[in-house]
Amino acid sequence: MKVNGSLHAPPLDPRRLLSDHLRHDLGLTGTHVGCEHGVCGCCTVLLDGEPVRSCLMLAVQAEGHEVSTVEGLAAAGAPLHPVQQAFHECQGLQCGFCTPGFLMSVVGLLAQHPDPTPEQVEEAIAGNLCRCTGYASIRRAVHRAAELSGK
Amino acid sequence: MTTKWFGERVQRVEDDRLLRGHGRFTDDIDDGALESCLVRSPYAHARITSIDVAAARALPGVVAVYVAADLPFGNIDLPILIPHPNLTHGRTQRCLASEVVRYAGEAVAFVVAESRNIAEDAADVVRVDYEPLPVVITPEAGAAAKHLVHDDVPGNVAAQMLQEVGDVDRAMAAAPHRKKLHFRFERGAACPMEGRAVWARWSESERKLTVYDSTQSPTSIRGGLSVLFGLPESNVEVIAPDVGGGFGPKIMLFYPDELLVPFAAMQLGRPVKWTEDRQEHFTAVNQERGQVHEVEVGFDEMGRLLALSDDFIHDAGAYTPYGIILPIITAAQVPGPYRVPNYRVQFRAVYTNATPTSPYRGAGRPHACFAMERTLDSIAKEVGIDRAEIRRRNFIQPDQFPYHLGVAWQDGNSVVYDSGNYPALLEKALAMLGPRPAGDHIGMGLGVYVEGTGVGPYEGAHVQVLVSGKVVAATGIPSQGQAHATVFAQVVADELGVEVADVEVTGGDTRRFPWGVGTFASRGAVTAGNAMAVSARMVADKAKLIAGEQLEVDPADLELVGGRVRVKGSPDRGISLAAIAVLANPVRYAFGGGTEAATQFASKRRPGPPLADGEQPGLEAIGYYSPPGSTWASGCHAAYVRVDPMTFRLEVLKYVVVHDCGRLINPFVVEGQIEGGVAQGIGGAFYERLAYDAEGQLRNASFMEYLIPYSTEVPEIEIGHIETPSPLNPLGVKGAGEAGVIPVGAVIGSAIEDALGVPITEMPLSPLKLFELSRPQPGRV
Repeated sequence: MKVNGSLHAPPLDPRRLLSDHLRHDLGLTGTHVGCEHGVCGCCTVLLDGEPVRSCLMLAVQAEGHEVSTVEGLAAAGAPLHPVQQAFHECQGLQCGFCTPGFLMSVVGLLAQHPDPTPEQVEEAIAGNLCRCTGYASIRRAVHRAAELSGK
Repeated sequence: MTTKWFGERVQRVEDDRLLRGHGRFTDDIDDGALESCLVRSPYAHARITSIDVAAARALPGVVAVYVAADLPFGNIDLPILIPHPNLTHGRTQRCLASEVVRYAGEAVAFVVAESRNIAEDAADVVRVDYEPLPVVITPEAGAAAKHLVHDDVPGNVAAQMLQEVGDVDRAMAAAPHRKKLHFRFERGAACPMEGRAVWARWSESERKLTVYDSTQSPTSIRGGLSVLFGLPESNVEVIAPDVGGGFGPKIMLFYPDELLVPFAAMQLGRPVKWTEDRQEHFTAVNQERGQVHEVEVGFDEMGRLLALSDDFIHDAGAYTPYGIILPIITAAQVPGPYRVPNYRVQFRAVYTNATPTSPYRGAGRPHACFAMERTLDSIAKEVGIDRAEIRRRNFIQPDQFPYHLGVAWQDGNSVVYDSGNYPALLEKALAMLGPRPAGDHIGMGLGVYVEGTGVGPYEGAHVQVLVSGKVVAATGIPSQGQAHATVFAQVVADELGVEVADVEVTGGDTRRFPWGVGTFASRGAVTAGNAMAVSARMVADKAKLIAGEQLEVDPADLELVGGRVRVKGSPDRGISLAAIAVLANPVRYAFGGGTEAATQFASKRRPGPPLADGEQPGLEAIGYYSPPGSTWASGCHAAYVRVDPMTFRLEVLKYVVVHDCGRLINPFVVEGQIEGGVAQGIGGAFYERLAYDAEGQLRNASFMEYLIPYSTEVPEIEIGHIETPSPLNPLGVKGAGEAGVIPVGAVIGSAIEDALGVPITEMPLSPLKLFELSRPQPGRV
């Protein structure tokens, strides 16, 4: 499977979840695990550009696919990705635990809808839980991200 | 001191790392650690008749399986964190239960293995035989005491307390009007998105224990571990790295894993980690909010309060590790912003066979606020005045501070409100709320509250200017998302006349700052914020002293601006903080960075010994701040809510908050705290209910069934500020962390009652509950 553009061998353990594989085999600990039953969205990654729950997939199922994680959004030392920048400007994060999942959901949204309506924003983030922000700042951040991406 | 940063909407300095996926949460730490898993009781109340771990121990990849008998601390009761004379029957659990389990989820055995999968497989084959015992599950059942949770606690009563100000019986008897009300609150859960986790390593050669713990109080964990393991505190390091939300229950001493993981690491000579899964978080992490209140109120024709009594049962859960802080807070917070000339409050904290309770954001206050606010709404209706007017008639007035309530507070003192302006809060909130929107089934809700914040005993800080001119600052308390690194940097930057970007703040790492209490009770900004100011001022004074010698100027004539100490009125005459940091440390060996200026052959030597009597090297200081009493923040929330008469879906049309936490260090951050708090409040008011069945099983221990709000449930929140500085601390600040959540239940309840015309006396509500309340009831006209 390809992860953030580089090829990786699948794990030896067939019951390894994609989330655990990313975190513990590949060291990509930016993908977080909040519930392990597909509800909280903390573990959201892109699979061939589509947001998916990496805790609901076995790693071996990702074979032959392209996985994008939060670490791939901006290269080390490079400026933040527009979605990351927008979350920073709007305080779309507090503890930062749910944040990578939100970022990946929003990157997936903006790829489909570069200028989303409030309803499309709501739908795109309606599968991610955040316990800190109360979401208003996240909704603002998504619209700001669209603005920054359009520039 | 400048005020360049204080009060500014400074953007968070902690974001970059978290946004790039480079945060470091406890489960992110590996380093070859063994993994572990707890065996937990499936029964809410049972006698353990046998435990057989042979099969588990025999499983390939299993490194160790521990039961109580294997632990040197296995037969001691874990501490009662906050003892109190009224807690006559305090009980705590043991690290691993071996005789009786008293809630489903109580830990019984601990498995360490080469991987988490193996540990879980092994936990499955640990055979524990139980003899089920009768279960006590609601506060009412606890108080009825048909069965006992602890054989030796009569009536299941852990504590009772009665306080009275004035003469309630006389005032009640003389009151022209009286009313009795009953309020009921069910349990909820904090649910930080990151569950709990612990990682530990023991270095035999250094005799040093290093523990990473997603705790709100690493300093206390360090103190406890050092006692329990017989190590000097200097041999124990506890670090709360990035913590993914806390909201209260991540402060304990101890959860069993906080002992077992370090113990296993010491025994096995390898790092060991434990990461909770979400299901065990639901049953094994402390909960809150179960209370039942019986209120009686006496008032006059104008709706003015004459007497109030509140007799409530507090559901303590199976143990009382956190003492009786919760009911003490509730008891103190019922009167809120109102004058209650005669007030009596009594409570019983009762044991039940449910997860123990300890503070969850709001901590006893949402119940108190709900009881008082709903009582006022009820009086308003009876007297025939509107809900804003009854509050105006009963507010403590701005000229009545300091206001002595006369009841006990959680810091052992008596409650004294330091400052506030409650009428201003209300009027501003009403103005922001504006006219009622058109349409049916729309209700207006209103809630005013006070919040005792910033409790002691103290926090400290270390502030140091490096020879690069950059500043490092550290405090004992960790952040769980409250932007400490930003707001503390603002405080330090102002004191030292530097940029926020030049100040790097560390919290929650005992290697950097070993003393302190913890992040809870909306106390970070008050305690650690002021400690930062105290320490930075000491550094500034030292910088002026050294610069004064160099410039031959009286230190009183110097100021710190732009990274330099300069002469007031002659900004060109000055010396950089970097250079002062060099001079502050007399050296024999120059190591670059300008240190040649501080050697014994430097061009400008100080007279006398290089370090004068009482002087310390380095441009640094350690200072502490210990508050004389709590600071009392306050606020008013108001909302318009529409309830769908068919589905009972709740739609919040408008929600406004006016908040007063004294001087605002960073309004941007405070608003984030409020928005998040209101969202939790909405969850607690309408969606989140821990559903225990009669056997004490939690039937909704997952995010699929315990409904914490998504974005779709949380409206935009309009926020206004007023600032009545606290006279108690140098910065004039009050706490803000819990404010958002406190009155939300009261506001939503008030709005729904207004919309549907049915009395709302409980929390949480739900569409089903509203459906039931709205059905024609036998006997109701």
